[in-house]
Amino acid sequence: MKHVTEYRDAALVKGVIAEIQRLVTRPWVIMEICGGQTHAIMRYGLDQLLPDEIELVHGPGCPVCVTPLELIDKALAISSMPDVIFTSYGDMLRVPGSQNDLFSVRANSGDVRVVYSPLDAVRIARENPDKEVVFFAIGFETTAPANAMSVLQAHSSGLHNYSVLVSHVRVPPAMDAILSSPHNRVQAFLAAGHVCAVMGYWEYPRIAQQYRIPVVVTGFEPLDIAQGILMAVRQLEQGSYVVDNAYSRVVTFAGNQPAQAVINQVFVECDRKWRGIGMIPNSGWRLRPEFHDYDAETRFSVSQINPDESPLCIAGQILQGLKLPHHCPAFGTLCTPEQPLGATMVSSEGACAAYYRYARVER
Amino acid sequence: MVDDPMSIQGLVCPLPLPHKAQIVMGHGSGGTMSNDLIQRVFFSAFDNSILAAGNDAGSCRVNPGTRLAISTDSHVVSPLIFPGGDIGRLAVCGTVNDVSMLGALPLFLSAGFILEEGLDVAILERVVDSMNQAASEAAVQIVAGDTKVVQRGKGDGLYINTTGIGLIRDGLVIGGEHAQPGDTIILSGSIGDHGIAVLAARGELGFETNITSDVAPLNSLVNSMLAVSERIHVLRDPTRGGLATSLNEIARQSQRSIVIDENAIPVRKAVNAACEILGFDPLYVANEGKLVAIIHPDDAERTLQAMRSHPLGKGAVVIGHVEPSPAGRVLMKTRIGSTRIVDMLSGEMLPRIC
Repeated sequence: MKHVTEYRDAALVKGVIAEIQRLVTRPWVIMEICGGQTHAIMRYGLDQLLPDEIELVHGPGCPVCVTPLELIDKALAISSMPDVIFTSYGDMLRVPGSQNDLFSVRANSGDVRVVYSPLDAVRIARENPDKEVVFFAIGFETTAPANAMSVLQAHSSGLHNYSVLVSHVRVPPAMDAILSSPHNRVQAFLAAGHVCAVMGYWEYPRIAQQYRIPVVVTGFEPLDIAQGILMAVRQLEQGSYVVDNAYSRVVTFAGNQPAQAVINQVFVECDRKWRGIGMIPNSGWRLRPEFHDYDAETRFSVSQINPDESPLCIAGQILQGLKLPHHCPAFGTLCTPEQPLGATMVSSEGACAAYYRYARVER
Repeated sequence: MVDDPMSIQGLVCPLPLPHKAQIVMGHGSGGTMSNDLIQRVFFSAFDNSILAAGNDAGSCRVNPGTRLAISTDSHVVSPLIFPGGDIGRLAVCGTVNDVSMLGALPLFLSAGFILEEGLDVAILERVVDSMNQAASEAAVQIVAGDTKVVQRGKGDGLYINTTGIGLIRDGLVIGGEHAQPGDTIILSGSIGDHGIAVLAARGELGFETNITSDVAPLNSLVNSMLAVSERIHVLRDPTRGGLATSLNEIARQSQRSIVIDENAIPVRKAVNAACEILGFDPLYVANEGKLVAIIHPDDAERTLQAMRSHPLGKGAVVIGHVEPSPAGRVLMKTRIGSTRIVDMLSGEMLPRIC
């Protein structure tokens, strides 16, 4: 397939890895932010080809993993109500709340539907005027424009039976949080290419300078990731800390400005709790007051739901790059994709799931 | 800001969700959840060695000289008619193929119909017509049947169950437990066609494809293979759960390791493109007219040639081999030269968020 297969070419990947090998003189810890990159690394076994000096740690960029428990419990409460059609990206159905998951709600005759786009949810609302249609608007900067657009469409067409349960998160504040931790081990970042396709990378020079850390905007194919690592290693070895773009076929400095405008029209920054990590200031988006009518939390009076998580898994430390999945005593024994203890094992982008699926033999 | 990560509250996860008390869609995926349900509920109740062998069909000795292969399959596809076939063709081919995977000659089928009130008779006639056509392609007779009608809303238009009986040829011992180290693994053609064709027919892709289902009876392909080799150890048609799940079943049954080469596995461009867009892995997408054969290496080449000269095996390729260990695992040499695990499908296959 054009523009895909070239980036999976074994000879090209090996060439870049040979260059990394040639440059590297000491151990470095590099974090890929995005769960999609984690999966590509494990799926292609890229980590096996890298020199021992390079340690990849896996970042918090899995939208499913970091959606807080309370939001999932709110989703479960709303989807169990009569006359509600609850729509969601497929991944979210598997994530357990404190008692239940959306699969169970469906098995107990809740109307839970997987959609590929929030605009499908708007269509369902239009086709079912006697039902309340709710979309679970989660994710990073990548899903925010389409989620925002669904609210604008509902608004402009006077659709009153559509609302969104919002749990949007933003990457840069999470990078701040990781780098501010006294336990931080991360020495360079591979920034998430899809996030930057929307947002550009104008938010990152401040981070690179403030924490003196290289940031490389990186894509998702094996060659993209190898190239991102190479550019990070080059900076690390030279002692420089700027923002490089290894994904220039998709990402520009300014990003997709119409998409950013839609986000800003509908959402405003807010503090957000990240599952397993805790509250990070200004790390999320919520609906602007003028779109309050589309907020499912108020429409269905679920804002009081606020469950506690109880102790077992180390997902939070994994999402901050402090531990790797196989360091967890429950990994692969008590905690499997069929019986997940944590969201990192549940989501197809979660780091634990990636290790479990692709790399159990080696470790 | 986050302080000491070790003291962050909420470094913890909710209770596990085993889904052992209630059926969810994942139990029908053909993957680990289905297997778990079968083991816990059915195998424990219907405890006998024929069922416990865990193959596509049961191998039953009726007198010293005669062994029968018996298999049953219920078909619940939506939509009822899709590019390349319909539920009727699927119902015949699915069971014919399961019987054939023991190397048996399928002879007779039964067909049970569960019809939903309001179903258009013209649809039923079309479906029955294609059952008839598929049965004649497979040279089997449909010799018993049953019809029930359920109230509107209690069925999805039409469900069909078929049971097939076949005669296992003398001396043949084929089954997942017989994979041997050194054996060659052959796949009869491209994977993922059926699953993507059905998804597209549901109108859920948001784009159009020209992919058609591969649904076909495989017994004559199996015949042409058995004509050139007596050392076919395993046959399996990778339906629900896809190639990955079938290979995992074989690895577990035989307690061997299956090693495949990603570059060797044929996937049509359009199937690959659909999978890229949706975040699916073609290894897990259903097939209805493909088989995997695990064969003594000395017979591999001539079996491959026999397959390629059959219309349903034109795209046959060697995709890997069997190793003694790690027992029960499927490993894949990736496109870029590393090795990774290929796991079973766990629950329902879900499109990824981004």
